[in-house]
Amino acid sequence: MVIFLQNLVNALQWGSFYALIALGYSMVYSILMLFNFAHGDIFMVGAYIGFGVSVGLIGLAHSGLLPMPHWLILVLTILVSMFLTSFVGMIVERVGYRPLRNAPRASAAITGLMIGIILETGNLILLGARRVSFPSLIETATYDVGGVILTNKKIMIVGVSLLLSLALHQFVRRTKWGMAMRAMAFDSVVVPLMGVPLNTMAALTFAIGSALAAAAGILFGVAYPVLDPYMGIVFGWKAFVAAILGGRGSILGATLAGFLLGFTEIFVAMVFPSTLRDLIAYSIILLILTFRPHGFFGEPYSARLRL
Amino acid sequence: MAPPTTFRTFRAGWSRVPLIGWLFGALLAVTLERLVGGPLAAAVGLPKIPALFGLDIMLKKPLLIPNAFLYVLLVYGLPMGFATRASIAPANRLAAGLLRLPITVTTFVYIVFLYVIFHVWAEVNDYRALVLKLTLIAIMFTLSLNVINGYMGEFSCSHPGFMALGAYCASVFSLGLFVDTRFFGTALLPPALGPFVFPVALLLGGLLAAAGALIVAVPSFRTRGDYLAIISLAFLFIVKSLIENLEYVRGPRGLSGQPDWANLPTVFLWTVACIWSINNFVTSTIGKALNAVRDNEMAANAMTVDTRRTKMVAFLFAAFWAGIAGGLFAHVLRYVNPGTFGIQSLAEVLAMVYFGGLNSVYGSIVGAVSISLLGEALRPLEIFKWIIIPLLLILVMIYRPTGLIAFKDVDVTALFRPRTGPDEEV
Repeated sequence: MVIFLQNLVNALQWGSFYALIALGYSMVYSILMLFNFAHGDIFMVGAYIGFGVSVGLIGLAHSGLLPMPHWLILVLTILVSMFLTSFVGMIVERVGYRPLRNAPRASAAITGLMIGIILETGNLILLGARRVSFPSLIETATYDVGGVILTNKKIMIVGVSLLLSLALHQFVRRTKWGMAMRAMAFDSVVVPLMGVPLNTMAALTFAIGSALAAAAGILFGVAYPVLDPYMGIVFGWKAFVAAILGGRGSILGATLAGFLLGFTEIFVAMVFPSTLRDLIAYSIILLILTFRPHGFFGEPYSARLRL
Repeated sequence: MAPPTTFRTFRAGWSRVPLIGWLFGALLAVTLERLVGGPLAAAVGLPKIPALFGLDIMLKKPLLIPNAFLYVLLVYGLPMGFATRASIAPANRLAAGLLRLPITVTTFVYIVFLYVIFHVWAEVNDYRALVLKLTLIAIMFTLSLNVINGYMGEFSCSHPGFMALGAYCASVFSLGLFVDTRFFGTALLPPALGPFVFPVALLLGGLLAAAGALIVAVPSFRTRGDYLAIISLAFLFIVKSLIENLEYVRGPRGLSGQPDWANLPTVFLWTVACIWSINNFVTSTIGKALNAVRDNEMAANAMTVDTRRTKMVAFLFAAFWAGIAGGLFAHVLRYVNPGTFGIQSLAEVLAMVYFGGLNSVYGSIVGAVSISLLGEALRPLEIFKWIIIPLLLILVMIYRPTGLIAFKDVDVTALFRPRTGPDEEV
């Protein structure tokens, strides 16, 4: 039981990364009916930007110019990197997706994939092949709750990711921009005719998705402080799977499916040898999609699907 | 956009050259290179015969670019230019005469001709032979993916998985039966028999890949688009992970020491068979049904197209050829490991399909050849290669979203016919 609970805690942490990244996929999908295949690499870029920002802030704090506690540095890092990374997302949209608005969907998928490769390679060229280690911003404090080991980092990661998903949910439900997004997701042909600017909305969703990916990247750096240029591939594709599993364009679905994917992977690794993790996790996904082809919260396949 | 007038008049001189004339010219050029290539290369100041039309040394030693250009002009440009121009009349007569034969015989003659050119060209050094073989395999692989992504209009990500199945099945077959290995034991059959049994190994690989395709084909009845993309992606990860965990095929270390059976004629013959059968497939009724399913599944269903059967056949067929390509790939490199068939390989083959053109046999050939050659040419740039190729592909996608040569199948009669002049319809 203790082992189970311990794994549950680990799975929550692992799932938070997937959930945050999957949200980005889902957001873009709901507006453009396209997946942003560079998203995994935006996660990577976000982590690196976070690395740069935190190193800069630490330097600033230590030089005595602007003394601040480490928790404040972490908060600032997350906020500043989210802001900076959202521009990366907007650039990706401008370069890779906007010129292809009326092209076949697959072409946009290809540009996304290629931008992803460019981001990876660009990073490799700029920073070299060595891995960088994320500075440790907060001291790890360990709490023992009835045998289950909790750390303040784990609590913070799960907390921040839930907070961000909730904030996004509120944004989409409560604000005017959110309403425009929902309308666009409902009908992306008529709503632009009603005066909602499609390009602005697309850029906005890319920005929000990228900001969330950056947050995920920094949280990942806090938990596993080793960054390498190809870290986005595995996470990106898995979060993409989670986004589909949750149902396209569903925020709740993406969050839940992200956590579900985390649970599946952790618990598979608990029972079976960890090399079988991907095999079993993907087999489960294959089964789910075979019997429920439109995910948990998605709408069934309809003639509306632009192909 | 019409080309400038001078260029057009320049080109018009060659517009009456039929395919056979070009083949003669190419044969002349490669024979010339075979005979005097070495001394000629030395004469223009090159250390050795440039392997890929000078593409390979362009970035390694940029100072030699004029020399390489001169060499290519002397060996390929001028002989081909003059020979084709001079032989217009006899070549056209020959083309017309060949067309009067049964079309199978004509095609056979052309294919033998093409093979001879390849053979002479590739004999110059081993690097050429290897690049040629890998390019031919890439053509098979691209073409088989185009059946799904182009003709059927699904976004399938599973093709490297099919290739892996074919590669491993064929490798296990040939290593287990014909080679003494530590992991499969002693050879059961004499190795001399090997080359004759090699097609069986490849066919088994293709069949296994087709069987694997059932996993993707069955869900495709109920779902399309993104969900199918995920299912196929999950399939790719499952296959890769399965092979990594199978100790029987040595897991992530991979299999090595495959017998050297995949020589140039073998690969060439299989490629021709692949192009022939896929071209026939996509121009047949079922190919048209495939397009109908892509454009509107419901309407196709109403027009008595059996959509399930069509999808099933297309998936199995495409996977079969991907499996064959995998078997050949394993025997050309004589080493195979699960890491080869990952996302990187997927990105590469998708690049070939979308660069060349969707729904197009010519497009797949062009895409596979150009991306392969580009990859070889940019090799000295190392990591920057992975900036240039994606950028190029993005530009192609932006300006020609369906690829360079989309919607074009091979029509052999049109290809082989004599040419009359610049004004004819192509």
